[in-house]
Amino acid sequence: MPLKRLIPCLDVDAGRVVKGTNFVDIRDAGDPVELAARYDAEGADELVFLDITASHEDRDTIVQLARRTADEVFIPFTIGGGIRSVADAQAVLDAGADKVGVNSAALARPELIGELAEVFGSQCVVVAIDARRVSGPEPVWDVYVAGGRRRVEGREAVAWAIEAAERGAGEILLTSMDRDGTEDGYDLELTRAVADAVPIPVIASGGVGTLDHLAAGIVEGGADAVLAASIFHYGRHSIAAAKQAMRAAGIDVR
Amino acid sequence: MSAGPPQLKIADYGMGNLRSVAKAFEHVGVQAAVSSDPAELAAAEGIVLPGVGAFPEAMREIGRRGIGEPIASRAAAGVPVLGICLGMQLLFESSAEHGGSSGLGLLPGTVEPLRAPGLKLPHIGWAHLRLEREAGLTAGIRDGEPFYFVHSFAAHPEPGDLIASAEYGERFAAVVGRGNVLGTQFHPEKSSAAGLRMLANFAAMTTAPATA
Repeated sequence: MPLKRLIPCLDVDAGRVVKGTNFVDIRDAGDPVELAARYDAEGADELVFLDITASHEDRDTIVQLARRTADEVFIPFTIGGGIRSVADAQAVLDAGADKVGVNSAALARPELIGELAEVFGSQCVVVAIDARRVSGPEPVWDVYVAGGRRRVEGREAVAWAIEAAERGAGEILLTSMDRDGTEDGYDLELTRAVADAVPIPVIASGGVGTLDHLAAGIVEGGADAVLAASIFHYGRHSIAAAKQAMRAAGIDVR
Repeated sequence: MSAGPPQLKIADYGMGNLRSVAKAFEHVGVQAAVSSDPAELAAAEGIVLPGVGAFPEAMREIGRRGIGEPIASRAAAGVPVLGICLGMQLLFESSAEHGGSSGLGLLPGTVEPLRAPGLKLPHIGWAHLRLEREAGLTAGIRDGEPFYFVHSFAAHPEPGDLIASAEYGERFAAVVGRGNVLGTQFHPEKSSAAGLRMLANFAAMTTAPATA
């Protein structure tokens, strides 16, 4: 089996890391490339950049980010946010990204997943799903867009993950909107439900507050990879300590 | 640089992430130029053959650009050649991919589908390397070091040409080499410090001028 992966995520707005960092020895904590290079050096297995820039005019910014990252970072990285077409994907992949993440554009037009897989191969296509638990006795999750602000009518998260995989997605990046920012740990029930339902790797996301949460995402949630942002950015935990905690839980990591 | 254009060439046949490979060499202080010019490749002091995609299409593109012959003649002249991922598979005699296709034939052996029953294909991710014999390319690499793979096929080299293996369903060739003809099934340019070390090892075999 491939080694389980630890993936720091960087939220980027207009070319800058949005969440602050506490690394005293980083020259420019807002520079995503400098932070990414540090994560590479510390042992991160992969990186995800989520471009949360609202405006369309900043398309060039994200291509520049991919280009600059490829200059300095020598682990695979995914660029998500604002990828709406094969041409958008082509631009960031040509610049050196390994994968593209699609979310709202794939919900608006699910054929996009197949088009990307056809041109670049499934291994380049990550479908990101933002899910929120529906209150009630049954474990059901709605799908949200716009940073969790808008529910997508007629979409259930597990069913959407299955459809995405069938359409050619190579991986599912699964974020619990209930847990995101809470530091209470992943929604393990959601992670397990999707991981058991799709034949492709699932990246657990949303809610990591302690290193134990990472191992739980894999052992209990059934994820192939675990993603976290703020616990690394703020310097509370190092990548190495996270890897050590995963190893201690019996997980084979790099 | 005073030595003129870099003599380490990255062969461009329209498939694969050449920029990442060039940048990885640059990071270890080696200038490597992307080229699809048969004359430039025929004068190269080291050739890297990257590649992502399907074997038959890659051979067609290589044929269309006329770069197969210069690569083979430089290999025969003793110039170091490094195939990466699909580029490594192309070094062999043939592949079973998409009904079968001839390769460059610089190494004896064939390329077959990865036998990984019950596992997902392509094999994507980090896997431990097992060193099978000593080689310049793997100098300084510790046994068990993980590297980053993306592939559905695996080469079947002659036993003496196997430098390192990895496992996914079956044990497969991860690093191969016979004299100056070398290949890695994984992506050294995406395998962090250990991958960069391997690219530096390869560059050291060429006469490409180092900048650091």
